[in-house]
Amino acid sequence: MRMSVYLSAIIAFVALAAGSIILPDWAMFLFAMALAKGLVCLGIIGMMRGGVVSFGQGLYYCIGAYTATLIANHLGVSDIFLLTLLSAAVCLVVGLVFGPLLSNYRGIFFAMLSLALSMVLYGSLSKMSFIGGTDGLNIGAPTFLGWAPEGRPLQTALYLYVVAIVVISGTLMRIYFDSERGLITLATRDNELRVEYLGASVRNLMTYNYVFGALLGGIGGTIAVLALGHVDPEFAFWTTSGEFVFVAILAGYLSVPAVFVAAIILELVRSFSNLYFPNTWQLALGIFLLVVIVALPNGLGSLVSKRKENKT
Amino acid sequence: MSAGVLEVRDVQKSFGAVTAAKDVSVTVPQGSVYSLIGTNGAGKTTFVNMVTGYIKPDAGQINFDGRDIAGLAPRQITRLGIHRSFQIAQLCNELTVEENMLVAGAIHGKTGPSFLRRADDGSARDRALATLERFNIAEHRNRLIPELSGGVKKLLDIAMAMAGETQVMLLDEPTSGVAADEKFPIMDLVIEALRAEGVTVIFVEHDMDIVTRYSERVLAFYDGQIIADDAPDEVLSDPEVQRYVTGGPA
Ligand SMILES: Nc1ncnc2c1ncn2[C@@H]1O[C@H](COP(=O)(O)OP(=O)(O)OP(=O)(O)O)[C@@H](O)[C@H]1O
Ligand SMILES: [Mg+2]
Repeated sequence: MRMSVYLSAIIAFVALAAGSIILPDWAMFLFAMALAKGLVCLGIIGMMRGGVVSFGQGLYYCIGAYTATLIANHLGVSDIFLLTLLSAAVCLVVGLVFGPLLSNYRGIFFAMLSLALSMVLYGSLSKMSFIGGTDGLNIGAPTFLGWAPEGRPLQTALYLYVVAIVVISGTLMRIYFDSERGLITLATRDNELRVEYLGASVRNLMTYNYVFGALLGGIGGTIAVLALGHVDPEFAFWTTSGEFVFVAILAGYLSVPAVFVAAIILELVRSFSNLYFPNTWQLALGIFLLVVIVALPNGLGSLVSKRKENKT
Repeated sequence: MSAGVLEVRDVQKSFGAVTAAKDVSVTVPQGSVYSLIGTNGAGKTTFVNMVTGYIKPDAGQINFDGRDIAGLAPRQITRLGIHRSFQIAQLCNELTVEENMLVAGAIHGKTGPSFLRRADDGSARDRALATLERFNIAEHRNRLIPELSGGVKKLLDIAMAMAGETQVMLLDEPTSGVAADEKFPIMDLVIEALRAEGVTVIFVEHDMDIVTRYSERVLAFYDGQIIADDAPDEVLSDPEVQRYVTGGPA
């Protein structure tokens, strides 16, 4: 069974990596951004499996992006691996501070508190003119273990980097979802009382899922800012977080690849409808989500997952 | 009198104006089978809830193995070896019978639940299946909870509670919601399984035939108080119990 997870990982890597050869520049950028955002959404999926949805993942997306930018600009670090690692470490610490607090809340309270935290960050960053205020900051191109590509090679390297991170994170999360703790998390979503009475700490489970979400959010933000070359407080704005939730609901919590497929669909729908119906693309997106929710209440993932659906 | 595995001393609990436990004291010896009887609202579930940590008593002590456990969280009490089943079976509806059992096994495993080990790893499934077989519900393993009969749900609820090392098991109305002809077979199965492991059993029951057949000792609750604590025949022929609990000679 574990073999099939690794096999899917290899197939996913090869398929996505092939994109670096066949995709035109604009599409490769679009895919890189979609995959980076997909990482953030994967973190939301981890929480959804435990029955809570964070409406504030923009918090970590933004912290990751700002951390990478500030470290690059002030400490002169440009190595992508180091930047990712440091941003992830900062998000880990922040996640460990807020995780135990938020893990006491469920449902709308959890969603609103996580949203509130991200909006506090948005508000504060907008006021801090020494780090750019609402204009944000620029970041230079990353280097790869000393190699400093430019143009198409840079884009390709960045794209392959995000593909590798996505495949590794996706595989690790799949292993976690299939693990004993993964199953206990699903049980918690269903019946917290039962899980507590079996002797497990639901708060602990929730904290872990929150911290994993923080890590993935930070890594996603780091890659996004390196692809864009720019970060501003909008990274923490509620519409950004809302998009992550949109993707998570579209994907459902059953399948990991579905998260990235959903993220890519969102980016494609956005850029095409932006082109053809500039003012109504949110409407198109809304209708699309409505159709998915009605037709596939467990998201796109239910098309491929073997898990039985509860009809009651 | 020898010290019991579970000693409840002068426990009190009120919900606003309702007194759900008043000077409740009882000593339950290791390996015995007790039943709790009483009319609706007499305080039986409150007793179970206090012993298992769902409700913190206002006053009094609950000693288990010489340690005061009053006010500990349910999961801490579970870890000490006091397990329970519920008046309304508490199961995970989106999971199959086997997955419910795997959850219980994963939590009770010796090393604690893992982030890496597959939940449906071969040996975990073997263990889950063995427990399901012991409770005669293995044939339902691939079904989801809402498809099950009341009896199977109750058995699964108890089987899950039994996945860990159990010293004391509290069963809250194990036969409620169970078809009449299934009640005795279920009690036979459950009491036998618990007895085989030397588990101390306390069960809440409204059916006096079941009380007499399976318990060694009966606690009669009335209005938050224990009004009788004796062998089944003695308790059921007690005039006070007949007046307040059973509503006439048994
Ligand atoms: N959490 C609670 N909040 C408020 N009142 C409660 C609570 N739990 C129990 N009570 C009250 O305490 C009293 C005892 O209830 P309890 O559930 O212990 O009765 P019981 O003997 O189990 O009855 P039944 O046979 O109906 O299950 C009742 O009057 C009940 O309404
Ligand atoms: Mg009750």
